Amino acid sequence: MALYPETIFRLMGDRGLLLELGDEIGSEVNEKVRRMTLAIQAESIEGIVEIVPTYRSLLILYNSLILSFVDLKKRLERIEKGLQQTPFPEPKLTQIPALYGGSYGPDLEEVAKYHQISPEEVIQLHCSKPYFIYMIGFMPGFPYMGELPEALITSRLKTPRLSVPAGSVAIAQRQTGIYPMESPGGWQIIGRTPVKLFNPEREPPALLQMGNLVQFFPISEKEFKEWHK
Amino acid sequence: MVAKRELRLGQVEAFEVLEPGILTTVQDLGRYGFSQFGVPPSGALDTFSFRVGNLLVGNQEEEACLEITVMGLKLKVLREVVIAITGGELFPTLNGESLEMWRTHLLVEGDVITFKRLRSGCRAYLALSGGLIVSKIMGSRSTYLSGRFGGLEGRALKRGDILYMLDRPPSLKKLGFRFPGDWIPSFKKEVMLRVIPGPQDHHFTEKGFQTFSSSAYQITPQCDRMGVRLEGPKIERRPDVEESIISEGLISGAIQVPGDGKPIIILTELVTGGYTKIATVISTDLTKVAQLKPGDQVRFEPISIENAHLLLKEQEQRLKEFRAIIEQR
Repeated sequence: MALYPETIFRLMGDRGLLLELGDEIGSEVNEKVRRMTLAIQAESIEGIVEIVPTYRSLLILYNSLILSFVDLKKRLERIEKGLQQTPFPEPKLTQIPALYGGSYGPDLEEVAKYHQISPEEVIQLHCSKPYFIYMIGFMPGFPYMGELPEALITSRLKTPRLSVPAGSVAIAQRQTGIYPMESPGGWQIIGRTPVKLFNPEREPPALLQMGNLVQFFPISEKEFKEWHK
Repeated sequence: MVAKRELRLGQVEAFEVLEPGILTTVQDLGRYGFSQFGVPPSGALDTFSFRVGNLLVGNQEEEACLEITVMGLKLKVLREVVIAITGGELFPTLNGESLEMWRTHLLVEGDVITFKRLRSGCRAYLALSGGLIVSKIMGSRSTYLSGRFGGLEGRALKRGDILYMLDRPPSLKKLGFRFPGDWIPSFKKEVMLRVIPGPQDHHFTEKGFQTFSSSAYQITPQCDRMGVRLEGPKIERRPDVEESIISEGLISGAIQVPGDGKPIIILTELVTGGYTKIATVISTDLTKVAQLKPGDQVRFEPISIENAHLLLKEQEQRLKEFRAIIEQR
């Protein structure tokens, strides 16, 4: 059972309400998360401070001095009932160039060896289909995307790296992602993109957004270095 | 590179940083509305002390202030300015003489303020009349350290930095004004934090929850603006649940229990996470969390959401009364 027949409301303290819509990572649950997010945003309810949409839940931050918990819950239940009427945008596809392997993708060889295929086949598989962006989280602009082809499913590194360079293209379990800025990280790094995924001065600040699609394509080192020229 | 820039219209130099101290950042009440892009709120950790500081100097309560951690900040005053220092007791001095906290002071050009050493708590706030001026990023002046943006170039203060304020004559009416003594929070080494169970309290055994709500936990050196790691009795998980959950949103005060069974209190620089959360610290007790330091000890007391909302109302009533007193002057 993916989508719960009835949404579970869970308390995150006295200013957070978590709406859990299902129990797995999948498009049906995630679509409902996005529909709910859009519908709540559209009502611009006074007292709601923030909405954090993720794989299968939404966290609502509210100010109890403005909006009581009881009223908040009632309004959310009403929004959920009227959900089908909300207009829903078509997913947008973004092409993301990536330079695979070498010092840009230090785990490519290991991933290939683990699956008993060649590094070229890993690249080909990784570029073989568009990925759905389930959520942006962990750090500004980091897209959690899936599903990887069966033949690429790889566990996280046993010991996370202390520093992963900005732009690193990574995989972990059924997911693929991109580190927008340098950070510690435990995913397998197979390549790097020259595209800047996050810019605090840009509107919106993140290049990729939840509910959209990403298709990777391989580029050469020369193309990588000349990308911003 | 230190932050020195062309003067902009309506802004004047307020301070020069002689010593930045252990960690001093520019903060306001946080950056909200951007978590769908993976951006956490950041902002002052002890929002109560922060807001009182601003009110004392005649500001709106969300103006940018300095958040000073533990000790070592030394500032040279570059022009007449009204300030107030609130929060943890870091033994602030003015030209070597002890400087009273929770009240306003008029400083003049050439004065030197130093935060000498920690007496209690962990973080102090320096508010100045007119507020610190740095560019707003996504609607906020807060520094987001791991994201490297906001505040002063997305980083902690450095020696030689110049801090700016609005060019507005200091409001001398507020001088010598004090926050009522019996309203000043005291920051102790042994702290009781009130919590609301959940959102994943059902992942722990009854015995595990009992351990959590009846044991003392020590603050480890792993404590920063992202979270406070605790050491103490291991919290038992139900055998039929996994250690991690599907990543979901986080807020300050959420208490994560990773695989080792030792709790971590999440603070303001995280946006999502995949660990189970046994409980969440209530809003009014986040002030106490902000003032914890390694070696301090906490206990957790579960309360109802209704009580938590009542406590918040009481706190806001107090601040409202204080605002009214200030406005009458």
